[in-house]
Amino acid sequence: MPPRSPSSSIFRPKTGVDQTAFEENKRLAADIDRRNILRGTLSLGAISMLTGCSPTDSDAVRSFLKAFSTVNDRVQEAIFRPNHLAPTYREDQVVKPPRFNAFYDVDEVKPVDGATWKLDVAGLVQNKSPWSADQIYKLPEQEMIVRHICVEGWDYIGQWSGVNLRQFLERIGADLKAKYVAFRCADNYTECLDMATALHPQTILATKYAREPITDPFGFPLRLRTATKLGFKNAKWVTAIEVTNTFPGTYWSERGFNWFAGI
Amino acid sequence: MTQAVSVKSTIRHHHKLHPAALRAMHWINATAIIMMIGSGWKIYNDEVLFGWLHFPEWIVLGTDAQWGLQWHFFAMWILMFNGLCYLAYGIITGRFRRKLFPIRPREVIADIYGALRFNLAHDDIRHYNAVQKLLYTGIILVIVVQVISGWVIYKPIQFSEFTALLGGFQAGRLIHFIGMAAIVAFMIVHVLLALLVPKTIVAMVAGGPDEPEDDNAIPANAPARG
Repeated sequence: MPPRSPSSSIFRPKTGVDQTAFEENKRLAADIDRRNILRGTLSLGAISMLTGCSPTDSDAVRSFLKAFSTVNDRVQEAIFRPNHLAPTYREDQVVKPPRFNAFYDVDEVKPVDGATWKLDVAGLVQNKSPWSADQIYKLPEQEMIVRHICVEGWDYIGQWSGVNLRQFLERIGADLKAKYVAFRCADNYTECLDMATALHPQTILATKYAREPITDPFGFPLRLRTATKLGFKNAKWVTAIEVTNTFPGTYWSERGFNWFAGI
Repeated sequence: MTQAVSVKSTIRHHHKLHPAALRAMHWINATAIIMMIGSGWKIYNDEVLFGWLHFPEWIVLGTDAQWGLQWHFFAMWILMFNGLCYLAYGIITGRFRRKLFPIRPREVIADIYGALRFNLAHDDIRHYNAVQKLLYTGIILVIVVQVISGWVIYKPIQFSEFTALLGGFQAGRLIHFIGMAAIVAFMIVHVLLALLVPKTIVAMVAGGPDEPEDDNAIPANAPARG
């Protein structure tokens, strides 16, 4: 589906990923604590007088906004309805192929070799044996036709199938009372779901799109697909899953986006 | 009983046109709205609804997409909590009833005509003309709808019942945009008219003239409580 507008996507920086900003943000992320909310508030008074003039880039403001973002995480956790199903759609509404988005261009996708690929399992689980693509593709499938909503504001309807994440977690003996289910990807992308979302009935490890194996740009051989999160939470080319109580950090939350990113 | 009423009247006699709490809420609201509009323009730019409309970077709030979003999701709490306080205040003190109602269509038409000829009376800024009543009531409703459509865009699945009511996620975005445009249009008219009658600005800073006893008094035919 072609973009509706000529606006550039933040997920496709023209000059590649700016590593210095990454390092800086890592420091800021480590810096977040209650004191930063107070410190940031002091400069906010001055800044709010100037709104409209883009005075927003000081470290103190970013630090404050990132600290406040954790307040919004808590609010979203509180209003999350664990058994409320996202609307589903008819098969003829499905957009083929799905819309690509990543932190780089589609022609920079490095395909994953399904024959050598394996899924590592780590953290608070009983069975940590890795999974081959064959083993994953033999698991019982759940299909869902749901709306994908990007943080940028666009959306499309997609048809995904694969093993239900809750069932997979149960199968590997995961501690379902742990806080997070973290994902690592072949392109070094990192993501992490709260456990409530991981256990939502419409969260799956997708292997197929429109009943065909997912193609390379969209996460072959395995990607996360959840109906209750913004698009960027749906990690592609997943290579490892970890169940943990320690927040592992995620690619976009380290760059200032809200972590929970529920819809 | 007679004594109680007279004590009440004496207190009210010292009320200014805009009590301190109301002035604080007005300026907090103005600040929050400006932050919401500036950051909203930044968010809009990432996926425009109209190909011909991009907001220039110098006017938006937030230097990257994530900071525009984070500003929006911070200022929204100020807007909502302040707005709830304002609604409660306006209803409980009876200010809405006294200042904004009734709105009579015939008076609105007459006052629009008068306004266009710059021929409206401003001798007593304590008394809102029919156009003011209409605009002030309208902007309150627009902001209420704006908060609802904002929640629908923010959490279209958690509030999927409301999303369906508005006609879907993209319809929600469009409604949210139109609401923004209405607020911006209101602000332009509001600021221009205030500049034309500067004592209204002074009143919103310092409180303005004392409210007359009469306007505040409980009407003689009001039903007795309890």
